[in-house]
Amino acid sequence: MLVSEREQLRENIEQWVAQYGSDRSALIPVLQEVQRKYHHISEYVMQVVADTLNIHPVEVYGVVSFYSFIGLRPKGRFIIRLCRTISCAMQGNNRIARQLENDLGIHFGETTPDGNFTLEWANCLGMCDRGPAMLVNDRIFTQVTPESVHEILDECRKAFGAHTFQGEETCPL
Amino acid sequence: MAEFYDKESVRAPMSQRLQRFEPPSDTQAIGALVSVTIDGKELKVPLGTTILEASKKVGVRIPTLCYHEDLCVAGVCRICVVEVEGQPRLQASCAYPITAPIKVKTHTRQVRQARRHILDLLLSKHYGECYACFRNNNCELQALAKEYGVDFFRFGHPEKPRYRIDRSSPSVIRDMDKCILCRRCVRTCIDLQEVGVLEVNQRSNRSKVITFGEKPLGDVICINCGQCINRCPTGALRANDPTDDVWAAIDDPTKHVVIQTAPSPRAGIGECFGLEPGVPLTFEMNTALRRCGFDKVFDTNFSADLTIIEEGTELLQRLHKALVQKDKMVRFPQFTSCSPGWVKFCEHFYPEFLDHLSSAKSPQQMFGAVIKTYYAKLNDLDPKNIVTVALMPCSAKKFECNRPEMCDSGYKDIDYGLTTRELAQMISEAGIYLPAMPKSDFDDPFGTATGSGVIFGATGGVMEAALRTVIELVCGIQVEDLFAHADITPVRGFDGIRFMELPIKKVGPVPELLKGLFEDWDWLVGATLKVAVAHGTANAKRVMEDIKAGGPCSECHFIEFMACPGGCLGGGGQPIPTSPEIRAARARAIYAEDAAYEVRKSHENPAIVRLYTEFLTEGPCSHLSHHLLHTAYTPRGKYIV
Amino acid sequence: MIMPTETNQLTFSKVPINEGMKSALQKDRGEIIAMVSQSGLKGRGGAGFPTGIKWNLAAAAQDDQKFVVCNADEGEPGTYKDRVILTDYANLVFEGMTIGGYAIGARKGILYLRAEYTYLRSFLEDLLERRRRTGFLGQNVMGKRGFDFDIEIRMGAGAYVCGEETALIESLEGQRGEPRNRPPFPVNTGFMGHPTIVNNVETFAWVTCILVKGADWFRKIGTEKSTGLKLFSVSGDCSFSGVFEFPMGITVAELLERVGGIGAKAVQVGGASGHCVPASEFDRTIAFEDVPTGGSIIVFGPDRDMLAVAKNFMEFFIDESCGQCTPCREGNERLLEGILMLEQGRCSMRYLRELCALGETMQAASKCGLGQSSPNAFLSIVAHFKDEILGRAPVAD
Repeated sequence: MLVSEREQLRENIEQWVAQYGSDRSALIPVLQEVQRKYHHISEYVMQVVADTLNIHPVEVYGVVSFYSFIGLRPKGRFIIRLCRTISCAMQGNNRIARQLENDLGIHFGETTPDGNFTLEWANCLGMCDRGPAMLVNDRIFTQVTPESVHEILDECRKAFGAHTFQGEETCPL
Repeated sequence: MAEFYDKESVRAPMSQRLQRFEPPSDTQAIGALVSVTIDGKELKVPLGTTILEASKKVGVRIPTLCYHEDLCVAGVCRICVVEVEGQPRLQASCAYPITAPIKVKTHTRQVRQARRHILDLLLSKHYGECYACFRNNNCELQALAKEYGVDFFRFGHPEKPRYRIDRSSPSVIRDMDKCILCRRCVRTCIDLQEVGVLEVNQRSNRSKVITFGEKPLGDVICINCGQCINRCPTGALRANDPTDDVWAAIDDPTKHVVIQTAPSPRAGIGECFGLEPGVPLTFEMNTALRRCGFDKVFDTNFSADLTIIEEGTELLQRLHKALVQKDKMVRFPQFTSCSPGWVKFCEHFYPEFLDHLSSAKSPQQMFGAVIKTYYAKLNDLDPKNIVTVALMPCSAKKFECNRPEMCDSGYKDIDYGLTTRELAQMISEAGIYLPAMPKSDFDDPFGTATGSGVIFGATGGVMEAALRTVIELVCGIQVEDLFAHADITPVRGFDGIRFMELPIKKVGPVPELLKGLFEDWDWLVGATLKVAVAHGTANAKRVMEDIKAGGPCSECHFIEFMACPGGCLGGGGQPIPTSPEIRAARARAIYAEDAAYEVRKSHENPAIVRLYTEFLTEGPCSHLSHHLLHTAYTPRGKYIV
Repeated sequence: MIMPTETNQLTFSKVPINEGMKSALQKDRGEIIAMVSQSGLKGRGGAGFPTGIKWNLAAAAQDDQKFVVCNADEGEPGTYKDRVILTDYANLVFEGMTIGGYAIGARKGILYLRAEYTYLRSFLEDLLERRRRTGFLGQNVMGKRGFDFDIEIRMGAGAYVCGEETALIESLEGQRGEPRNRPPFPVNTGFMGHPTIVNNVETFAWVTCILVKGADWFRKIGTEKSTGLKLFSVSGDCSFSGVFEFPMGITVAELLERVGGIGAKAVQVGGASGHCVPASEFDRTIAFEDVPTGGSIIVFGPDRDMLAVAKNFMEFFIDESCGQCTPCREGNERLLEGILMLEQGRCSMRYLRELCALGETMQAASKCGLGQSSPNAFLSIVAHFKDEILGRAPVAD
């Protein structure tokens, strides 16, 4: 990482700490801001956050690894979380799962090589009456069908501009 | 100074803490005492006493694993569950404060079944065989399995290891396959020592004890204090054991193997042979070491005395520079540097204060340098054939002797650092029952030591030894004139941080030893020497923050730091278990040994006098002594890139 | 027939906004708590602790700082009523929190919203801002001198266990969401060590309704020990899934009739941590004294594989246990292993009994509600569906 990038990061973190307070209760909001902006929490970030909040970096590490919506590893720009809890399972989420894997060419827990999509399981998303449900970043999709998976992914891709995904679809075979 | 070690400042998560119910100051008030019935025995306890504490008072044993007297309450292993009448679920007795009259049953069918299940669950993840474990017969899990009659693995037993053993640290080895996630090491590292190397990651059955970024222990900011080893109930944490190499050196006829023994192991090693804590076996150990095959057995107290001379001289030099030469660059307070855990703590967390650390090496390293130079010459030995072994109560000493800069003799000053536990192992391997050994003395020329060297083992000891010498060398009086029996009690004890002031009213002549450095002491008249003592790095941190904030610690001239709670006698290489009572017993043994010495002041040690006449002829802090006996430190910082 | 999520049928839709607060601020603190106590309202998150007692303890605690926390970390499988309430009746919740703040003497409220509901955040923030502008939050709320109260939204970060109140507080304090030892309870030692009430979204909404319609109105509905109305999130094999409002004490059979779940072979009441009620016990009542629930109702039709249901629940708990205490961390894993053995037709009756005993240990000895209730589904499915789960033909996977 370039020195200037690090300075920028530190500046951001200090700003968020100023916003949320400099005691430990600000930790998760600050981490959420980092996650939103950088899509993961790097080791350097954890040490800076620990330093500014006057706690141990390893404690930040413990917190980051505890929660499933903040993560240590870089994730895609779109994180797709498919609900795997019983009500969605009863409404056929396994077919959605297969279709997602087919359309993205990755398995659950993986990120597409271009860094655009990450596929994850989620526990109950609170859409049990309208399953199967999935979250794409903060957006919820309900009553997803294997067919509509493609449309949802397409909509995401459009967010980067049409040309970026030309020929990008990897062949699962 | 109570605020420095205020329990409230322990930064433990609330889940790992237990609220303390302060009993009303008026003990007559209703509610100050509550009655509790444990297995039919009734007693009255202060409000807020836990069931576990209350049960101890009536002699009811409740098994524990995650509970440790030195640490905040976690209540996570659940082995200590008991039945509280009227409660639908079992309660963890270590975490249940009694605030109302209750009836407790500690071994009902449900309780026994729960404990057995918990043991079976722990064993279903605990990889390894007891007979291939250094904690065999000293393991809390093993002891409980016996206590509860575990004769088969109800929920299975791992056939393969899941983790790779982390051997990256020169001091501490972590074998997470033996970890039962009691989190005592985590609480030790974060709350007790405030180093913050170990924490639990993830959640559920994926969670394990990790370092930052799951890096090898050798790559993180571990200070090697080994306190986690002393508090681990199983064999998941152990010291890096060099006994095979030491045996190999002993077996090699071309090698001259020399061992120096520190004061604390003598006070603790008896525990490894089933004795009560606090029975010193100094002279029995000398015999045993010779029978093991060591060529010479020396007393680290000799180099402790040497440290006092060098470190004390450095302090006087700093004072002289500041008071007489008005040198603005001189840093006060001066910090002691005998505790390698503390030194590394300072290098990581307070690198801007490294100028404050005394440049004097620790007694262990001074000894090594002297043996491979002076001693080698004296006995016409080739230093490359000398193997220096140090018996220390410490795991950080293993790191210290491996520091690249510790080769001032031209060779590795100290080849191996042994802990008390490892030496006990070697002694039993040699078929020796230590307490039954005849007594014998140390070998010359480093066999004579003073009481000042002995008390290095306890918190406050270095300070007391230094004060004894400084008082006599500077003031020209006997320490006994100021303190009965030369016991400088204000620096003794187990309070986290202790202060003492010593006004210098009159001075004596400059003694022969220091004539090259000082003309007179007149410039010290009217000064007040302020000193402080801190043990445990949590307290060290408090002192350092106080210095940064310009508090009372910043006005001190000399501060003794020891990384381990209680000082070296509570070191990470000492016998397991540890507790405040055990440490107090070891301290009593050490102070008793000090009192028994005829010579109790470092500068009166004839071996020291001889060293300065024969070898370090230019005196303390001279060019040669700086070369051999002093060192420099590395600013490490706390960021891991 | 109530149609799915047709929320205009709910009592909440008939309660005018800010009526409850108006009525509350005319009373003194004791009166409000007495009223809540009198209504018999019990925690709607599922644990069923009497709200009045909780508030009374917090009000009695001596501290100059107290907190009101609204638990919107709705993670129980099959529960989504809190999402519906926050979407359609968030004002009632904010009112309830303000009333709680007034009653216990707190100046700050925190809505702990689960990360999965991030899409609700900006809407709720707008609503709060509007309430601030119109004087329903902020200094001297509704002109009441000396009563300052504001609400902050804090986002969860994706951990089911943070629905447990002490874990939620840990999470607010920036810790791993690991439940604390109890006692001390949050009403004494809560957020940042100050007295704190943690109540479910629905509980706060009902408090507002009780202030408007009176304690007696609430008390007369339901059973003696479980008073009032309750929202149910219904899903699974039924004609109408959605949020329904029923009085407490309704039987499973009645409920099934209303949601079109005739012919079901079992109903999971209370989500993964609840109980599986087989058809033979459909006359049992849904109430804290019989089958308790936080509102989750999952209907299983005649063709559902109950072992697969148990497996799904155990996988859920293995993912979501915080992992600090032994029974929950290791026990759930052993139970799932047992399910896999059953799936392969390789579990002896003796070992199954051993696992059931382990389940009982987990219920008794775990540190928090998660571990204490995680074996419930396994135990009730094993108890009622033995002939379905034993002696299976091995499944190739």
